[in-house]
Amino acid sequence: MGSQGGFGQSKEFLDLVKSIGEARSKAEEDRIVLHEIETLKRRIAEPDIPKRKMKEYIIRLVYVEMLGHDASFGYIHAVKMTHDDSLLLKRTGYLAVTLFLNEDHDLIILIVNTIQKDLKSDNYLVVCAALNAVCKLINEETIPAVLPQVVELLGHPKEAVRKKAIMALHRFYQRSPSSVAHLISQFRKRLCDNDPGVMGATLCPLFDLITIDVNSYKDLVISFVSILKQVAERRLPKSYDYHQMAAPFIQIRLLKILALLGSGDKQASDSMYTVVGDIFRKCDSLSNIGNAVLYECICCVSSIYPNPKLLEDAADVISRFLKSDSHNLKYMGIDALGRLIKISPEIAEQHQLAVIDCLEDPDDTLKRKTFELLYKMTKSSNVEVIVDRMIDYMISINDNHYKTEIASRCVELAEQFAPSNHWFIQTMNKVFEHAGDLVNIKVAHNLMRLIAEGFGEDDDTADSQLRSSAVESYLHIIGEPKLPSVFLQVICWVLGEYGTVDGKFSASYITGKLCDVAEAHSNDDTVKAYAVTALMKIYAFEMAAGRKLDMLPECQSLIEELSASHSTDLQQRAYELQAIISLDAHAVESIMPPDASCEDIEINRSLPFLDIYVQQSLEKGAQPYVPENERSGMVNMSNFRNQDQHEGSTHTLRFEAYELPKPSVASRVSPVSHASGTELVPVPEPSYPREIHQAASIPSALDTGPLELKLRLDGVQKKWGRPTYSSAAPSASNSTSQKMVNGVSQLDGVGNINSKARDVSYDSKRLQVEISPEKQKLAASLFGGSSQTQKRPSSASHKVAKASSHAGETSQVAPAVSVSAEITTEKKISLQPPPDLLDLGEATVTGSAPSIDPFKQLEGLLEPTQVTSEGNHGAVGATKAPDIMAQSSVVADPLPTKGDEFNLLSGLSNATNKTLYGETTVMYLTQSNKGPNPKDSLEKDALVRQMGVTPSSQNPNLFRDLLG
Amino acid sequence: MGIRFILMVNKQGQTRLAQYYEYLTLEERRALEGEIVRKCLARNEQQCSFVEHRNYKIVYRRYASLFFLVGVDNDENELAILEFIHLLVETMDRHFGNVCELDIMFHLEKAHFMLEEMVMNGCIVETSKSNILSPIQLMDKTS
Repeated sequence: MGSQGGFGQSKEFLDLVKSIGEARSKAEEDRIVLHEIETLKRRIAEPDIPKRKMKEYIIRLVYVEMLGHDASFGYIHAVKMTHDDSLLLKRTGYLAVTLFLNEDHDLIILIVNTIQKDLKSDNYLVVCAALNAVCKLINEETIPAVLPQVVELLGHPKEAVRKKAIMALHRFYQRSPSSVAHLISQFRKRLCDNDPGVMGATLCPLFDLITIDVNSYKDLVISFVSILKQVAERRLPKSYDYHQMAAPFIQIRLLKILALLGSGDKQASDSMYTVVGDIFRKCDSLSNIGNAVLYECICCVSSIYPNPKLLEDAADVISRFLKSDSHNLKYMGIDALGRLIKISPEIAEQHQLAVIDCLEDPDDTLKRKTFELLYKMTKSSNVEVIVDRMIDYMISINDNHYKTEIASRCVELAEQFAPSNHWFIQTMNKVFEHAGDLVNIKVAHNLMRLIAEGFGEDDDTADSQLRSSAVESYLHIIGEPKLPSVFLQVICWVLGEYGTVDGKFSASYITGKLCDVAEAHSNDDTVKAYAVTALMKIYAFEMAAGRKLDMLPECQSLIEELSASHSTDLQQRAYELQAIISLDAHAVESIMPPDASCEDIEINRSLPFLDIYVQQSLEKGAQPYVPENERSGMVNMSNFRNQDQHEGSTHTLRFEAYELPKPSVASRVSPVSHASGTELVPVPEPSYPREIHQAASIPSALDTGPLELKLRLDGVQKKWGRPTYSSAAPSASNSTSQKMVNGVSQLDGVGNINSKARDVSYDSKRLQVEISPEKQKLAASLFGGSSQTQKRPSSASHKVAKASSHAGETSQVAPAVSVSAEITTEKKISLQPPPDLLDLGEATVTGSAPSIDPFKQLEGLLEPTQVTSEGNHGAVGATKAPDIMAQSSVVADPLPTKGDEFNLLSGLSNATNKTLYGETTVMYLTQSNKGPNPKDSLEKDALVRQMGVTPSSQNPNLFRDLLG
Repeated sequence: MGIRFILMVNKQGQTRLAQYYEYLTLEERRALEGEIVRKCLARNEQQCSFVEHRNYKIVYRRYASLFFLVGVDNDENELAILEFIHLLVETMDRHFGNVCELDIMFHLEKAHFMLEEMVMNGCIVETSKSNILSPIQLMDKTS
């Protein structure tokens, strides 16, 4: 065995490793490493260091970096080591360099030369080492330096070289797709390589390629299917077997590829059904790896064109996953369910209880996955429960990253499915209160928009109810400390716009509250700005209504203070307010019309009110105006400027020749295409020539109108305007335009689902009334009505079934057990599946593996034997380490018998593969329970002790066999 | 690119091997390792072997005193990664014979060599133990 031979390391190195191994704390470890850095700095610079010694220094440097300290002083020595002739030293050098340097490091240039040389080496191991380095160190600029050699190596006689060469190309593709664009055919070619390793590796780049462009690879469907078939039929060398599965990792990758290729393609999917069905049948559902392949099958089935038989298979596997005791399988089951409900939503219903169990589970990972599933299956009937749950969870966690995500999901669901205005406002309040600073500012704008527009029904009373309830709830909440800034902005805006509209609250009450807000958040300029503008609106509405304006003293002092503010924005707002309240009522009304945030601002671009003035000027002899595009000299100027902006943004030199100055028409088009960005069109121009080109340059503008400038106003109008919801356009148009219409301020990340779900949501909203009572009842029994009564019995009955497994969470359950006995019994039935072999098997694997009686195994029971072998290998992670030791010693004793038994077993089950199968198993067993198990360990232990490494009490595990 | 990093960390949270398939600065690595290890070590045996952390999903598995943590993209098959870890351990076990934490510490470069054979560009490229180990054995013989 290699390890004993490799102990030729110096005492110094062993001591270092030992002291690191026994360090009690991070601080102690840091001290050791800092000391080591000092030593290395001295030593590594000495002249004439023997090569083996140098290798050790390099590895010590690796340790230094691995433990979080800077080892840059030694990088150059690692680089030098790559020049060495000895393979081991060279490879160590390359390893260190790949660990130390990123691809843009200055030292890389010193290595490219060595890599080039090594790629030509006669020794294929040297070539492999160089190719490893290529995959890590070559950046876009240095690709051309090695590309020809890498391509040449694709035809190397050694399969290991071909494999690494294809991965090097893969890496080039990742870095710069254009650099290998002409070599794509090589990937297809290598798929047919004689060596399964090369074929398997080639699947990685092909997967990436297919992800980006499915349609160019449809011709490969047949090849992939036939490869998968061969793999599943065990045609690959048995060294690829893993736990009696034939090359599972290759199967998984192939299934991923098929999922891409078959998506939305009935013809391609047709050719996949047989092989996927075969895998469903063949997979060993007792091993982790078997389940991994099954899971991938489900992913594939739910992605390709649906096939009823396969969907059934998938649903069976999912229900087995969900019923399992293993949390890992439950997790996979929930994920798979989330994929499958897209195709067959009805299957969610049979797993309601399992889903609720997972939701109640103390395991955070499982909980999050379940929320993901709930998010996918939200509809208007269950939105209240789901969102409430999400918010509760959101409040309970500290992880900002996830809090943000779940907050935006809550908002999204609430917007789509809100059953009532009141609920919507309350929900948004909660989200903002607890995650306000984390949510995207767009969400806040969206909320304001919704309050202003209502939900799109042409029902003004509903809209005003929404506003009143918003105002009321905000006035209620406004006094609370520590409200997030974003939320306060919303509150101020809404109070300003609608605070006094329904007459419930007096202007002085509202303005008082607004002043309080401004005062309480004196260092938040944005909030203050919102507050001042709100004040201005309220005073304006008051004046317009003809009421006498009496300004509260605190308002006056606030405005005075702000008019001397350091913020020019606040100053301006304060002065504007003062200016407005000094005007007469009529003027104020036209400046600040009430509830006009949704109204279109009409701009007459021909500026007719200036006509008289222009006329007079012309009469006085002024020059008539010449539009910009007719002044030919100007055209080129603006043209160049645009080019400059293009170049400025990419920061690279342009090598192609300058373009010829475009004809005037083109110059008019280019600013148009900029219009989608932040840039404004410089000068309004006559629109007649543009109409022609606009169609070509902005497709999205097609349906919105002929005038370019008008177009952008439309954008504004639709963002705020009412008609967008009632128009039929959104459902008919594609997602881009819809996003523009409805979702200008939607969250970006969810764009796709969002726009898709939106269609559904509006439909379902209208259809809400028509949902059958039966379905409603079902939904109610899942999540609905009062969520508490529903969920508690579930966990209660669960408690009965599972006895002790969830003891912690059920404490609050007891009082609710009697609620709805009907449901409870129903659940009990579903919770107690027929005690089939499968469940037994799983229980043995995870729970009581160590207690398996070796004599029972000798009786030749087929299932338990398999279970033990699984227990040994599959469940290692799940059981405790000492258990593994115990368990493996149990297994080790009856080893010879077991081997025979496996032979028998395989002989029975698979006549053709008899010898292969039996052989692998035996080999496999002997290898993981190497015969003289304790002796081997003891020897190693003694050897290390000899060298002065003794396990201290601090870390006695250093010698513990990992595999038991 | 499925796998983003592979870490081996002992029960005390000390790093025993770290391999990243995307570039992170030393500080970023330190912070990331700290957070992840804290998260994973706090979990018990019954809980899933998967943890979400920022944009990563961590699949982890414990062997005696050593935790193997693999950071993957969101669309990776978690169970398969879990078995990949086991394959790695089995491979090391075949090479070292009853592999233990100390073997990895004394032969850090060999553990890395094995990973180099198994994973490239964040993809699993080789799963045959004999293919993984043969270059390393050849190298041992020649030097």
